[in-house]
This record gives sequence, structure tokens and C-alpha cells, in this order.
Amino acid sequence: MKILIVEDEPQMLDNMRQSLVREHYTVEAVSSFKDANDKIGLYEYDCILLDIGLPDGNGLELLQNLKKQGKEDGVIIVSAKDSLDDRLTGLDLGADDYLPKPFHMAELHARVKAVVRRRNFEGNKLVEAGNVTIDPESRNVLIEGEEVILNRKEYDILMYLITNKTRLVTKAALAEHVWGDHIDQADSFDFIYSQIKNLRKKLEKATIQVEAVYGVGYKLEIDS
Amino acid sequence: MKLLNYTSKYLALVLLLLITSWAVLFYYAMLDEIYDSLDDGLENQKLLMVERAAEDPTILSQDDPEFKKHVYNFTPISRKTYLNFKESYRDTSMFMLNEKDFEPVRIYESAVAYGDDHYKLKIITSMVEEDDLVQDLAVYLIGLYIILISSILLLNNLLLKKIWKPFYNLIAQLRDFKIEKNTTIAIPDTTIEEFNLLNTTVDKLIKKSTGSYVAQKQFIENASHELQTPLAISINKLELFLENNTLNEKQSKDLATVLDNLGKLTRMNKSLLLLSKIENQQFEEEALVDFAALTKRIISDFEDLAHHKQMEIKFISEGTFKLNMNEDLAIILLTNLIKNALIHGKKKEEILITLQKNSWQISNYGITNELDKTTLFSRFKKTGNLKKSTGLGLAIAKAVADKYSLELGYNFKDFHTFNIALPLNS
Repeated sequence: MKILIVEDEPQMLDNMRQSLVREHYTVEAVSSFKDANDKIGLYEYDCILLDIGLPDGNGLELLQNLKKQGKEDGVIIVSAKDSLDDRLTGLDLGADDYLPKPFHMAELHARVKAVVRRRNFEGNKLVEAGNVTIDPESRNVLIEGEEVILNRKEYDILMYLITNKTRLVTKAALAEHVWGDHIDQADSFDFIYSQIKNLRKKLEKATIQVEAVYGVGYKLEIDS
Repeated sequence: MKLLNYTSKYLALVLLLLITSWAVLFYYAMLDEIYDSLDDGLENQKLLMVERAAEDPTILSQDDPEFKKHVYNFTPISRKTYLNFKESYRDTSMFMLNEKDFEPVRIYESAVAYGDDHYKLKIITSMVEEDDLVQDLAVYLIGLYIILISSILLLNNLLLKKIWKPFYNLIAQLRDFKIEKNTTIAIPDTTIEEFNLLNTTVDKLIKKSTGSYVAQKQFIENASHELQTPLAISINKLELFLENNTLNEKQSKDLATVLDNLGKLTRMNKSLLLLSKIENQQFEEEALVDFAALTKRIISDFEDLAHHKQMEIKFISEGTFKLNMNEDLAIILLTNLIKNALIHGKKKEEILITLQKNSWQISNYGITNELDKTTLFSRFKKTGNLKKSTGLGLAIAKAVADKYSLELGYNFKDFHTFNIALPLNS
């Protein structure tokens, strides 16, 4: 899997690269419009993380160039502006997703995986973790071939944890992903616990476990 | 009271005082002049009498104290009396034949000598009727007063109104001026120096405040934008640190606390940006929003939070409330109010949402006294010490309500109620 990061802020770029490399992606990174344009012209990527506000040009223009060349690279726009206009223009121009800064690393992985999955899993669309198999299309969850019925939130939590498996996912990241942006001003994220509890019950027969990490967040452990 | 009538009121009062005191002065001055001229006439008559007596001494034997035959009277007096006699004028009344009534008269008493004979001479003349004079004077003065006041009112209303027109024009515009709506003020042309000064000053002031308002708005927006990247870097660095290192419980919790606070900063920043965006009219796309359907959707989003706080959100829909507005803003409006009720509501109590025709309201039990209505919707106004509250939720709700001219109200009666309603006149 090849990923290109286009980001002019070096520390931001470094964070993203570190985190994505750990997931065994091949990561390339550029920090200017010109370099990005060159890379896009020469290579193909599974996913491009594109910052709009580049010092020497607008990221949306890169997106246009890409589409003009008929390339099908997945594109996630990463922007500090979180402007509705940019989001709409970006999606209109063919971007796959729009991720406003600041974001949680777990969220970045989820978005990248979703884009990569949509583009690459032509034949095998199933997601597997331990003895659990998930079909993202139909949202069916099977443990050892036996279907388990999860509600929307339980399913979203499970998918998010699988996407970020073996990584600590903070409660805030999980709450914002599953319950949406609007939940964010709640005075505590402890309310997610009841859904986690239900999910754990339903995963009793599975070889994966949702582990709490010191009340900070959760982690998916896969029995080996 | 209007400016025009205000000056008229004082003018009327001052005029009344002026005219009254002037009338008193005028009356006495006139009376004095009349007496003076009467007395001159009487003295003249005396001289005529003396001359006549020299020609016709018979008149000296006229002794007619009642003035029945003549308008004069000679009374013989002693020499001693003559020497001590002092001329005098005095007023009395006498029956007038033509008026058939007692009328005031003036009597002049003097002493004259003819050889060794001494006489007291009394001459009488008709006097001005003071009561008639006062009455006439009063009638004419009241007339004058009325004419003056009505001409002043007329002048005020015709002339002054014309003169003050630029002023009224300006204040009418100022009344409708809203700095956040970016309205401009057309400064009316005038030849009057004071108005020109006022106009230029107002113009300067408005340009200056609009300038600072825009600058402030841009500052908030730019500051919020500029904060996003460092926030993102810090959050991600800490998340990577949590991932990459095996930390003990205390270390993890400390890091989580830092992350939580950065999260709070992020939310505050996002809220400030949102406020700027609402004020900058960046949510123009509109659709017909059904408040009932939207409420149900948001309640289901908040189910877990409510459950965690052992609260129940009850929704009663008794009518329809649909409005053309931006859907995101509608979500933000209702979400913020529901979230507010959940955060500040008392545990184990119910939250009641009622929807009626063109109104929506939410009630919750909370602190047992009323919140300060004047500052409730201000930015960073926090009640209690909830550490995760940004103090911007209600300010945002208010900004959305204002944008669509919705009334957003609050009242307290055992429980706190927030109410959204279409204004009655629309």
C-alpha cells in the first residue's frame, strides 16, 4: 500500500508518517505543491493525504490535476480550515473524504483504511480479526461463521477498534467517531462504557477482546 | 417626548410667565400714565377756574358738596386752613347717570385765595374703570398668548421639521443599524453646521467600529485557524507517544489528562470558528427542516449519554414545526440545547421536549435558582464549574436563532426551560 502525504507543516507530516509507517504502509511525503505535482504525475498511490493550504499553491488544484490525468488514487483532504465550501468543492472534485485538523490518529487510520478498502478490495472485501469476520458492505459480523447481531454503535466501535488494532484508542477518539462530532461537549466520555460492555458480552466467543487501558481508552487484543 | 414638542413646552411656559409679568408691569405703567394725564387735566381746570372766577366771581359762591350742579365746588375756608392746606388727589366713586352705576372718579382738592377770601376748590373728573381695563388687558393678552403659541407650534412643525429632517433621517438609520449585519449608513446632506459635524462624527465612528468589528472577527477566525495545526501536532504527538511506549497507569493517566485538555481547547476553538462562520453568513444553503424528525434523531444520538446520567429524554410532539433553514445549523441549534439540558440537568430526572405549532421547548431540572437572563447567552458565560463546558454552546444557539429571526428564550419555574419559537408577526 502506497500513501503520499502532502503537508507543509513538518511536524504534522512527521506525526502522520510515523503513525502510518507503523501500519506497514509505504509512505512518501512532500511539503510543497510543486513536489506533490511531480509525484502525482509519476506514481500511483492508494491514498493521498492532501493538505489544501500549501505555501506555493492550493491543494484543490492538485486534486484537479490528478482527475484530469484520469488517475484513480484515493484522496483524503486534510485541512485546518474546516470550511464548508472547501469540503463541498473537494468532494465535488472527486476527493474521497475530508478530515479537518485537528484529528485523532485513530481517526486518520480509520479514514485511510476505509479509502484503501473501497479502492483495493475488489475480490476479498471481508475484514478479519482473530476468529471474527466482518463484511463492511452488509455490516454482517460472524464469529466462527456464526452471525452475531450488533447494533449500529456496537458495530462502529468494533470496526474502529479493529481498524486500530493493537493501538490504544482514547475514549475521546472513540466517542467522536461513533457518536459523531456533536457529542463532543459532553462533560465526560464515560457514557461509552455501556456500549462497550454490551459489545464485550457479544464477543464472548471471539478470540478478540476489548481491553480497557487505565481508564484512558480501549485496545483490541487478539489472542494468539 | 419629541425634541420639537420638548422645546415648545418650555417656550410655552416661559412665554406664560413673561407675558403675565409683562402684563402686570404694563398695567401699572399705563395706569400711572393715565393718572398723570388726569391730574394734569384737573390742575389745568383749576387754573381755568381761577381765571373764570376773576371774570365771574359768582362761581365762588357755588357750594355743592355732592357735585349735583357743577363738576366743581368752592368752600370758604379760614386763612389758617388755607396756609396749611395741601393739594391732594383722591379716588372715590360716584353714581354715573349714563352707566346707572357707581363708577370711579378722581377728586382734586386745592386752595385758592381771592383777596382776603380763601376757598377750598374741589374738581371732579371721571376715572378709567380699572376692572374693565384689567379685563380688556387680560382678554387681549390671552389672545396674544394663544397666537404666539400656535405660531410657534406651527413653525416648529413646518419649519423646524424641515430643518431637523437630516437629523431624524440619521437617527432613523442609526436605529436600524446593526454592526454584525454589515449595513451602511447613508449620511444625509445638510447645510447646517452642527448637523454636518454630527454626520461626519457618526460616519467616522461607524466606520471605525465596523473596522474594529471586522478586525476582531478576522482576528478570532485567524487565531482559531492558526491554532488548529499546533493543536493537531500536539494531540497526535501525544497519541503516538501513548502508542509507542509502554507506560504505567500514572503516566498514561497524566498523558490522558493533557490530551483531554487539548481536546477541550480544540472544541473551544471549533466553537469560536463556528460562531465566526455563522456571523459571516457561511451557511447559506437552506432546506425545509422538520424539527420533530430532527429532534428524534438527536435524541437517539444522545441516548447513551442520557442513560449514563440516568436521565430520560421525553419528547412530546403536539404539532408541526418546519422551517426553511440551513440543516447543519438546525442540528447545531437543537443539539446545543439538548446537550445543555443533559450537561446541566439533574441526575435521575427527566428532560422534557415539547413541540407545538411553530415552537419547540426543552425543560430540565437543575440548580434550584433562576439563571441570569442578561448574560445567559453571552460567550464564556458558565454556570457551575463544569470543566468540560466551553461556555459557548448557548452563545452558538443564540447566534443560530438570531440568524433566522427565531426567538430563543429562557424561563425558570422549578425547572429550566429554553424555548424556540417563530416570532408571532411572521
